[in-house]
Amino acid sequence: MRIHPRTAQKIAFALLYLATGVVALTVVAIVLLMLLKGVPGLSVALFVKGSQALAPAIVGTLLLVLLTAVLATPVGVMAAVYLSEYARRGPLVRLIRLAIVNLAGVPSVVYGLFGMALFVMMLKFGRSLLAGSATLALLVLPLVISASEEALRQVPQRLRDGSLALGATKWQTVRRVVLPNALPGIITSLILAVSRAAGETAPILFTAAFFSLTDPYPNSVFDKVVALPYRLYAMSTEMPNMPPEQKWATALVLVLLVLGVNAGAIAYRTHLRRKQRW
Amino acid sequence: MVESPVVQPPDEVIIRPPGQIRLEARDLHMYYGAFHALKGISMAVPACQITALIGPSGCGKSSFLRWFNRMNDVIDGVRVEGEVLLDGEDIFRPTLDVADLRKRVGMVFQAPNPFPMSIYDNIAYGPRLHGSPRRDELDQIVEESLRGAALWDEVKDKLRQSALGLSGGQQQRLCIARVLAVQPEVLLMDEPASALDPTATFHIEELMLRLKDQYTIMIVTHNMYQASRVSTHTGFFLLGELIEYGPTERIFENPLDKRTDDYVRGRFG
Repeated sequence: MRIHPRTAQKIAFALLYLATGVVALTVVAIVLLMLLKGVPGLSVALFVKGSQALAPAIVGTLLLVLLTAVLATPVGVMAAVYLSEYARRGPLVRLIRLAIVNLAGVPSVVYGLFGMALFVMMLKFGRSLLAGSATLALLVLPLVISASEEALRQVPQRLRDGSLALGATKWQTVRRVVLPNALPGIITSLILAVSRAAGETAPILFTAAFFSLTDPYPNSVFDKVVALPYRLYAMSTEMPNMPPEQKWATALVLVLLVLGVNAGAIAYRTHLRRKQRW
Repeated sequence: MVESPVVQPPDEVIIRPPGQIRLEARDLHMYYGAFHALKGISMAVPACQITALIGPSGCGKSSFLRWFNRMNDVIDGVRVEGEVLLDGEDIFRPTLDVADLRKRVGMVFQAPNPFPMSIYDNIAYGPRLHGSPRRDELDQIVEESLRGAALWDEVKDKLRQSALGLSGGQQQRLCIARVLAVQPEVLLMDEPASALDPTATFHIEELMLRLKDQYTIMIVTHNMYQASRVSTHTGFFLLGELIEYGPTERIFENPLDKRTDDYVRGRFG
């Protein structure tokens, strides 16, 4: 039996529409659930009062994320410049790309164990802000590299040609034309990559996070930190007496933090794209 | 009076125009992977004149042009055989600094490609690459280059504004000014007017005629009228071969080869 092209078109549209709807609905459902369950638990006291206050966890997460960005940015951006501007197609480069793709697929708990072995034990950082950030930096590195490479590729080839034809070396071209024009894209991709690190629990489980009742703020990069995702994890698994609305409120704070950072990055990118024409 | 085609020994006419020779290709072959893109091109380009390369799309004329400043180096999987000489010196010699060569042999591209920066910074880009000129020197270079490209009067009051705000024709003249600012000896132009409207095209052609006293100009064009209006010599390319090369007037009015005749009369291409 032959379906009429117009009928087929309608069915295809309906399926595609449905698939998109499922994705959108999931996001809406998660956010709604968080809001419904979490908002009643929100209060000023939740953030600042007593040993269970959220403020140290928020500060700890921000510190972890900041240091992760500091560690991952130079390596990631330089690797991306190499891959996009210098590497010629060949078996070595294919191997490097394959490694990056696979690195992105490694489960985060494996990063946690690796970070513990390398940073905590071998390099003797101890369980610390530094060890946790270094582990998270490894985790986001593939994201930073591929997103930066994408931003570099967006710079039109004719700008590179124009620079080279004026007698610029490759490095002068990268530094004066390619990087400045790719920078907005690189920065937003960095923020998005790093916001992913904010929500990760497994990598910091063995490398950085703890649950302090007395002195929750780190004094140096070699101190342990309290972090939001780990707090949520500990609250849910080890504290049966904790009122559920507090757990939901903590989850809500974490989601809002990540979404807030993402929204900021996207707004910034939109703003730059509007300014940029080539 | 038109010269009789049979009287001229073709090879002599094809290879060496009279006067000083600035650029020369000798038996140049080019391969893109397995594709034989240029099949033994020999051609001498006279100094301080305009030499046009014509031919249908894909005939190899742009690829040929891009050897004179080694812009083909950028492309993966390209192989070249033969020689290209600038003032008698081989530009494929290992000791040659490619950046230096490109300073001497400037290029204007098919689509205007100003950098996303101010008009001033676009012109100053080249001089800043090759040294750290003083502010007043730079101001002077920028003005002279823009005057040289017949753009000064239109932009002198907005040098600090983005070059991307200019019209297509202005952008292309800006790109020419940008090349003039590094004081090259040769200008390679790869279909410089093909993205422009007739008025802007007219401006570019006028400019080329003004520049030819100082610069050796090579232009690739698919517009035969343009070639006949501006050039002194014309080479006709077809399927990677230089079919015929000689004084423009003769190529258009009295071609020696049947294929050239068909092309310039618009029978194909």
